[in-house]
Amino acid sequence: MSSLQYATPASVQEAVALLAKAEGKARILAGGTDLLVQMRAGMVDPALIVDIKKIPGLRTVTREGGGYRIGAAVAGAELSDRADISKDWPGVVEAFDLIGSTQIQGRASLGGNLCNASPAADSVPALVAAGAKATVAGPGGTRIVPVEEIPTGPGRTSLKPGEFIVDFVLPAKAAGTGDAYLRLIPRTEMDIAVVGVGVCLTLDAAGVCTAARVALGAVAPTVLLVPDAAKALVGSRLDEAALQKLDAAAQAACRPINDKRGTIAYRTKVAGVLARRAALIAADRARTN
Amino acid sequence: MAKHHVTTTINGESVEFLCDTRQTLLDVLRDELELTGSKEGCASGDCGACSVLVDGRLVCSCLVLGVEAEGKSIETIEGMAKGDKLHPLQQKFLEHAALQCGICTPGFLVAAKALLDSNPNPTETEVRYWLAGNLCRCTGYDKIIRAVLDAAAEMRGETHG
Repeated sequence: MSSLQYATPASVQEAVALLAKAEGKARILAGGTDLLVQMRAGMVDPALIVDIKKIPGLRTVTREGGGYRIGAAVAGAELSDRADISKDWPGVVEAFDLIGSTQIQGRASLGGNLCNASPAADSVPALVAAGAKATVAGPGGTRIVPVEEIPTGPGRTSLKPGEFIVDFVLPAKAAGTGDAYLRLIPRTEMDIAVVGVGVCLTLDAAGVCTAARVALGAVAPTVLLVPDAAKALVGSRLDEAALQKLDAAAQAACRPINDKRGTIAYRTKVAGVLARRAALIAADRARTN
Repeated sequence: MAKHHVTTTINGESVEFLCDTRQTLLDVLRDELELTGSKEGCASGDCGACSVLVDGRLVCSCLVLGVEAEGKSIETIEGMAKGDKLHPLQQKFLEHAALQCGICTPGFLVAAKALLDSNPNPTETEVRYWLAGNLCRCTGYDKIIRAVLDAAAEMRGETHG
């Protein structure tokens, strides 16, 4: 077991410099609910832990331009405590809140859930459906990246060496917009999604869908943004014909694994069912928004 | 490397300790500070036996580094009874026989107290969901849930038969 350094940079620039110096042997610590487990299991053996929680903004939620800027290390319980964001983006908050136990919620972060890059990460389809963007800092400066472009496969991300996520921006919500996230697990708590579906849609005054984003989790190596599923909804009043098209488009996008928690056929079928249900919940929320 | 010198507050008292980066808060509590009430069950955040509060948030101390305790306020099971006087939750766990081997009990008590501090009148469903991250492998959950609900009623000042 090598000696392990620990640093608490006070700024993004300081963190970037530490990561550059560590030449790939550093790991970011936010909530630690994945990192500490992986270290104990011997899956990772970093030389440096960079605790990003002292960097200003990393643990705060601020309103910005009608939307929200959420620090990458904000814990699930901290986000759930915010009445404003829970009202504006209930799908995102509920998806984040589904991760782990009360204890895990006390620490787990959106940045960690995304960068751990599990195909079944609950918060990710909800963020993608909401159109969230991540602020990525690194040696080349800062870039803004749509959340769906971060994961590239199980445990892999598009972050370049020395880069880390600083925060997420949820956009200002157009009038008549609602979001929802549903997942299937065989028990009621403490499990990993067999399928997860995030939907965000906008209805006009006549109840016609004018915009939609549909994202699927746990049915492919990464989260899937499914434009065909969104197209099935746009222009409709979410009648049965539109929901059938949505169901079919969601199923067509699935490329799931076959494992003890769900067969390919089961995961595919459930993706269609959850897409329908999430769309109806999002539509209800859109009408009351 | 040199050990970290950490200053923190545990159950209201200022505490200093030395630790390696790899030591978790649970390791520090048990091995450096002789606060052995918090238990190591799984060491992976699944069982809740190591539950403590950090700055008022319920967490698994096995998933917090000891060095992260710097400047924080930690509450452990050792701070729950006031001298010889048990907390109502502790008393109700005894009355309802809500424990057998006792390994999970400190975690259940700390987690249940965190719930009642924020929600004095939880439903049974709320208690069950809140405590879903605390595993018990011998008593089972019914007695534990009943003890928590009974303690909540007593703390609200409601009499019962």
